[in-house]
Amino acid sequence: MFHRESGYFKTTYQADMGLYPLPVARYAMVAIGAVLFILCPLLLDGYYLSIINLVAIAVVGAVGLNILVGFTGQISIGHAAFMSVGAYTAANLATKLDLPFWLTVPAGGAMAALIGILVGIPSLRIKGLYLAIATLAAQFIIEWIINHTPSISGGVAASIEMPRPVFFGKELANQAELYYFLMVIAVIAVVGALNLMRSRIGRSFIAIRDQEIAAEIIGINVFKTKLIAFGVSSFYAGVCGVMYTYYLGIANYENFQLITSVDYLAMVIIGGLGSILGSIFGAIFITMLPIVIRLLMESFGSIFIDDAALAQVIAQFRLIVFGGLIILFLVVEPDGLAKLWQNIRNYFRFWPFSY
Amino acid sequence: MNDTAGSGGGVKLKIQGAAKNFGGVRAVSNVSADVQEGEIFAIIGPNGAGKTTLLNMISGFYHPDEGSIHFEGHDISTTGPSEIAALGIARTFQNIALFRGMTVLDNLMMGRHVLMKSGVLSSFLYWGPARREEVAHREKVEQIIEFLKLTDLRKTPSGALAYGLQKRVELGRALAAEPSLLLLDEPMAGMNQEEKEDMVRYVLDVNQEWGTTIALIEHDMGVVMDISDHVMVMDMGEKISQGTPDEVRADHRVIEAYLGSTDHKEVA
Repeated sequence: MFHRESGYFKTTYQADMGLYPLPVARYAMVAIGAVLFILCPLLLDGYYLSIINLVAIAVVGAVGLNILVGFTGQISIGHAAFMSVGAYTAANLATKLDLPFWLTVPAGGAMAALIGILVGIPSLRIKGLYLAIATLAAQFIIEWIINHTPSISGGVAASIEMPRPVFFGKELANQAELYYFLMVIAVIAVVGALNLMRSRIGRSFIAIRDQEIAAEIIGINVFKTKLIAFGVSSFYAGVCGVMYTYYLGIANYENFQLITSVDYLAMVIIGGLGSILGSIFGAIFITMLPIVIRLLMESFGSIFIDDAALAQVIAQFRLIVFGGLIILFLVVEPDGLAKLWQNIRNYFRFWPFSY
Repeated sequence: MNDTAGSGGGVKLKIQGAAKNFGGVRAVSNVSADVQEGEIFAIIGPNGAGKTTLLNMISGFYHPDEGSIHFEGHDISTTGPSEIAALGIARTFQNIALFRGMTVLDNLMMGRHVLMKSGVLSSFLYWGPARREEVAHREKVEQIIEFLKLTDLRKTPSGALAYGLQKRVELGRALAAEPSLLLLDEPMAGMNQEEKEDMVRYVLDVNQEWGTTIALIEHDMGVVMDISDHVMVMDMGEKISQGTPDEVRADHRVIEAYLGSTDHKEVA
């Protein structure tokens, strides 16, 4: 938010260490957030709410992946597989044991964290590209196991119907009700990640990214900390998978394939590596991108292409734009949307001076 | 940490016959030395003498192939670096190894990692103990920031600082762990005269005010001879001399190692 910082002097370290050190900003953020949170489902219709819900789900996954890739400097191309672990865990618990969402969500996360830690074990020895390949292998192995184990995947189509989440006897069925459910989880996830990254554990993640040797000399158990990073990140992925399953009403591995992993990596890169805010921007951007492209093409595409071919072109066009944007961001602004936002913010902060 | 300044008070670090090979290269062979509690102990020698390898063995990055290293009576020959840090040994690096993406403040907070406890869940919630811990440690870190005159830079990313300042931040990060033995690998390398004088002052203050034992590698002979209580000279992986600065200065083996033997001198 734009505001002036002069005239406010922090007198305690606690005040200096807050997420929003300036009271004006803090109250404004909370107020705007609360108003939006309440007003959105009242003012918007189902279609727009469903987009917001998708964004909320993507935020959780992107924040989780950023903790691993952006903050700890470890790569994972298998994140969608961790999401599917969460999704199927929750779906099985909800259908077979009738567990409520407040148990299936953490259980899905915990199971994904467990698998994530297992996949993370080689990370002590292998780095960079090699780790990327190892996690890529995990993506296919997990996908294959889920697909070929009927007791997990629930039969031939490898999909399980998910009951709607029930909140104090009320079934959350329509988009507005799901909005509250998903948004609350997303907010908890974001605030938790912000807290994590400003305290001991988060700092040790960054230390490993910046200087692994110095981190070890300083007293960080590098292996353990990397596994914690894999665990936390996959927990987020698992929760993201559960959210998506509740949203769709079905757990299906086809939603968690390699392309989804790539999507989430794109969110983190375009949003900004090592920035929680960036993960949110990235999640919004990548989720909205195909929607905006379709909208534009449907409105203006018929000027250039005849209607029959349009549907085909839209699908291809999305991939082209997607790839182009990732390259553009890597070249022009490697720190992503978060950095752009910061630049704009600083411009207004320092206005009318340029520095 | 004790409050008494100067030397005396027993052996802090005991190196006995330490040796390290890298393939066929004998980087350190049969080095023995005692570092006394509360002293400044300097290790000098030409390039490739094995000084940094010795320091790496003390900080647990390498383990000696032969011999042993005892710290405060514990055998740390096979202990890993993170446990050694927890015992109270901190170090700086010859090539600056700061966490470049972090602010100066976070780098120093990082130095206190071994003294902090909060886990994933309490950090996630940032409530109660985790929050109190962060604030309490922040207070300690601020004392060090003030001591090293870094107050106006505390929120600057460490990667953006000038070289001399980065060296100072690295010292701060090591100090933040409140070590009882501080290892400095060429703390004054590449500095100008003024920065060197500042750094010497900090090193002396740490040693005298906090009673921290310091073992340092340094090439600036003026500095070494001025501040050290004892000097060890290494050449080709071996210890060739040890004693007070005056004793070492007079040792003909040291002069040979640095300037070549006197026989050749006339030819050259």
